[in-house]
Amino acid sequence: MIDLIVNGKPRQAGDNTSLEAYLMTIDVDLKFVAVGYNGEVIQKQNFSKIKLSDGDLLEIVRPVGGGLDLICHQILN
Amino acid sequence: MSDDLVIGGKTFTSRLIVGTGRYRSMEDMVQALESSGTEMVTVAIRRLDLDNPNEKTILDYIDWNKYNILPNTAGCQTVEEAVFVAKLGREVTKTDFVKLEVIPDAKYLFPDPSATLEAAKQLVSDGFTVLPYIHADPMLALRLEEVGCATVMPLGSAIGSGQGIHTVEEVRIIIERANVPVVVDAGLAVPSDAAKALEIGADAVLVNTAIAQAEDPALMGEAFKLGVEAGRKAYLAGRIPTRNYANASSPTSDVPQPG
Repeated sequence: MIDLIVNGKPRQAGDNTSLEAYLMTIDVDLKFVAVGYNGEVIQKQNFSKIKLSDGDLLEIVRPVGGGLDLICHQILN
Repeated sequence: MSDDLVIGGKTFTSRLIVGTGRYRSMEDMVQALESSGTEMVTVAIRRLDLDNPNEKTILDYIDWNKYNILPNTAGCQTVEEAVFVAKLGREVTKTDFVKLEVIPDAKYLFPDPSATLEAAKQLVSDGFTVLPYIHADPMLALRLEEVGCATVMPLGSAIGSGQGIHTVEEVRIIIERANVPVVVDAGLAVPSDAAKALEIGADAVLVNTAIAQAEDPALMGEAFKLGVEAGRKAYLAGRIPTRNYANASSPTSDVPQPG
């Protein structure tokens, strides 16, 4: 097994898991997310080319409502 | 007469950009966007909730054919973060437009001028259409234009403060010198604030909280639409100069006398 940090949380994956295979384990439509891999944004066609390693940092993101006021909201609440 | 707004090669009829945060419900948001007549809406980019990955996103509610999506870098405090989030936003929203926000100051939420300029340089060279959020600093606005930003977006007053436009004189100077559209962003509370910005020559305004948190967001969206239109028409019509003394609007001769 390898240890990953996904969206700031510790997660595990099997050895020799590709980024594409890992994302398949998350129940989400990839059309609505973008993926950062160790600080680089990876295009969908390249998901299968990346083999995950111990300590990799993944950011899986989606659009949400908000802007400046979102931050304001978070600080005030 | 056509009076379109062009940003980054895209043509807009509406001069009102609307934010998508802080609505009480998605239905409120959808109705407010509709009644505001906006053609461009901002969205933030955030981590997917891994425990609830199929939660609907804002993009499930917005008609992509009707609105241009303007992803922002809200929440970013450094150049590196903003550039990374801008790239993630481009990947997921399929637009190279980005509203650049670099805000390290949590208390007053003022944008970092040097970090914004540096991030803007990097994003422009990477092919982004950059709309930077800044304090109303005329020199910074010029520098951002020089590095290739598509607009400048000076703030009216502190974010979410609802204080209206405290920066009128600085915004006037930015407008006087800018060759790119000037969008007044943040602090607007009522349509007269939007009208004021357009009257002095701003090309557009961005409004979020004032609409989202109004008692009736859809009605306030429409009110802002009208405020923006009124302000723009007044700008085009040309206002009269201000004077120190009264100036009679009726003829001063041939007034009938009783005796």
